Amino acid sequence: MSDFLYFFSFQDSSIAFVVMGITLLGIGSAFVGTFSFLDNKALLGDAISHAVFPGICLGFMLAGEKNPFYIVGGAFLSGALATFLSSWLKSNTKLSDDTIIAVILSVFFGIGVVFLTVIQKSGNPEMAGLNQFIFGNAIGIVERDLWVYGSLSVLIIGVIGFMLKEFQILVFNPEFGKAVGLPMNMIRFVFDVLLILSVVIGIQAIGVVLMAALLITPGTAARFWTDRLGILLGLASVFAILSGVFGTYISYLLPQMPTGPWVVVILSSIALISFLFAPKKGMVSRYFHRRSYLQKTQRDHVLKSIFKARELGQEGLTRAELLSLYPHQQSSIKNSIKSLEKEGLLFVNQSLIKLTEPGKYQAKRVVRLHRLWESYLNEYMNIAPDHVHESAEKLEHLLTPDLEAMLESRLNFPKLDPHQEQIPRDHDEL
Amino acid sequence: MMSFDQNAFLIIITASMIAISCGLLGVFMMLRKMSMTGDAISHAVLPGIVIGFLVSGTQRGLEVIIGAGILGILATLMIDWLRKKARVQLDASIGITFTLLFAIGIILISVFAYRVDLDQECVLYGEIAYLPIDLWISSSGQSFGPRIMWLAILNLLLVGGFIALFYKELKITSFDEKFGIVIGIPASAINLGLMSMVSYTTVSSFEAVGAILVVALLVVPPATAYLWTRDLRPLIQLTILTGVLVSVVGYYLAYLFDSSIAGMMVTVAGIIFFLSVIFTHKKFKFTLGTQKETQPFSS
Repeated sequence: MSDFLYFFSFQDSSIAFVVMGITLLGIGSAFVGTFSFLDNKALLGDAISHAVFPGICLGFMLAGEKNPFYIVGGAFLSGALATFLSSWLKSNTKLSDDTIIAVILSVFFGIGVVFLTVIQKSGNPEMAGLNQFIFGNAIGIVERDLWVYGSLSVLIIGVIGFMLKEFQILVFNPEFGKAVGLPMNMIRFVFDVLLILSVVIGIQAIGVVLMAALLITPGTAARFWTDRLGILLGLASVFAILSGVFGTYISYLLPQMPTGPWVVVILSSIALISFLFAPKKGMVSRYFHRRSYLQKTQRDHVLKSIFKARELGQEGLTRAELLSLYPHQQSSIKNSIKSLEKEGLLFVNQSLIKLTEPGKYQAKRVVRLHRLWESYLNEYMNIAPDHVHESAEKLEHLLTPDLEAMLESRLNFPKLDPHQEQIPRDHDEL
Repeated sequence: MMSFDQNAFLIIITASMIAISCGLLGVFMMLRKMSMTGDAISHAVLPGIVIGFLVSGTQRGLEVIIGAGILGILATLMIDWLRKKARVQLDASIGITFTLLFAIGIILISVFAYRVDLDQECVLYGEIAYLPIDLWISSSGQSFGPRIMWLAILNLLLVGGFIALFYKELKITSFDEKFGIVIGIPASAINLGLMSMVSYTTVSSFEAVGAILVVALLVVPPATAYLWTRDLRPLIQLTILTGVLVSVVGYYLAYLFDSSIAGMMVTVAGIIFFLSVIFTHKKFKFTLGTQKETQPFSS
């Protein structure tokens, strides 16, 4: 507990630096990554993070030491070259997107390995820390790094905040942007620069391979909770901050633990929780939604069957008759009957199942929608009467009262459907 | 200039065999638009390698290969699950899967650092230059030659056998999966088979060429061949040719510059790829950014 307090009170300035660095970095990459995720280019960031490797080595070779300006400059240039090449290959070859990304990623990394071995054989004593630029070392963030990388992160966040509208158009509707005279190529260029920058500064904290997670995962997870861009960006950065802070905390508690991988594991757990439990889009919620829809359709079918029996002059159906209509859904039909009875739409009288008044109202509505839709398909789509049933079977559960009113007026309140069956109205006697 | 050198010969032969195995699988991965899945698998096997290492106590145990194979298949299934069941878009599913598994691998390495003589660098880079001194010595003390060469031979035989045996099925499901299913090919089993071969190839060659360079050999030669031809047979032949060329030229250039052989092989592959792009396209369209060209009057 005291560890917890010590860590989260940020008394220790080195802890404060690391947490601040990770937080800024996380927000920056979450912003940029969310946009490239929405642009369906999630893996471009992965290609760039591998592609900066030769640039880092080249910067080191030119400077002869770990000079951050040479290294960041070199990394930026090779990242830019990779971005340019990937778009150039896309417009000049017939290779698919993922092949291009994989080619760029592996070729640049291979060149980087060549450079690295050349450096290693040169015996420069400074090279010992070079791995930090490749595999990341979040805990090693010191004050000087924080100023350089922190201010770059702030710059990225600031530019994205400032150009939110433009980037939104770039991602969702570039054609529209072009039509209203926005310089779309320029905007994309700015965006690519931000993407490369966030990769370059991120790699030193988290490493070449795991950088992709910092870009892709927050936005993907946040996408399950909301459809609004503002909330999406906010949530993505909250996820990034949470995982950044707790990842650092774990490696503070257990010093042999690397920070970057823990950040990724926490981030991925947040993502998995989102995929499962987010309202509306989560798997659990979709499962229940689907189940309740299936139950509704089945209850509609039960009401309809009894209604049809009445049309043929029967008072109702026995349980056995009803079950024999649905030989493969015995148990769920029993449940539907039970819940319809509980809601007062059906009543059971000496094993005969009949409709109550509200039940009749409901059943008439389902049958009416079914037959109206059949008439509509027949009359306006010129579909033969023997082909309209399947579609009506689905639409009868979905048509809203508004649509029903429109169908009625469009078809001029027909009495009969294409099969010459009566279309029941609320005031009709049954 | 250079006299016949037995070590060079062994390295080139081994590298060629790895390049051919990777290329054969890579052609089908590319046709299925799964190149990045191959990349994901090659990263995702890391925890499997570590666990196999822990169980067997050595980097060379069968357990390592089994562990990596299981993780490779797990990665494929996870990507599929995220895409189909959780409805995450494909590239994000790939990104989340391989970063999570790779992160778990690094954490495992840190936890068992005192027992596992492995690091992420060795998994990512590999080094083929030590091949001639890493000999397979039987219990009776007899040497059979480089161990990795035998692994590469076994790998090539298995991959070649797999492709030869399921050539028709692979071909049909790569071009038209639905048609394949209709005529009764177990498409998902074929797919899983291909993925397991990729995982196995990654593990069997990661010591020699490293995970990233396996990806390069999986992707770059097929992509190069695809620039020249679209027919499957020439595609495979050209891929094999490129793989061998890459191994030979890569080795001698690495010798010349005194650098990593595997890295130089990939660099050569990249050069051949870009030369092919230039030679197969007479005129270039230079555009900034990655936007689609808008074509007037097309629908």
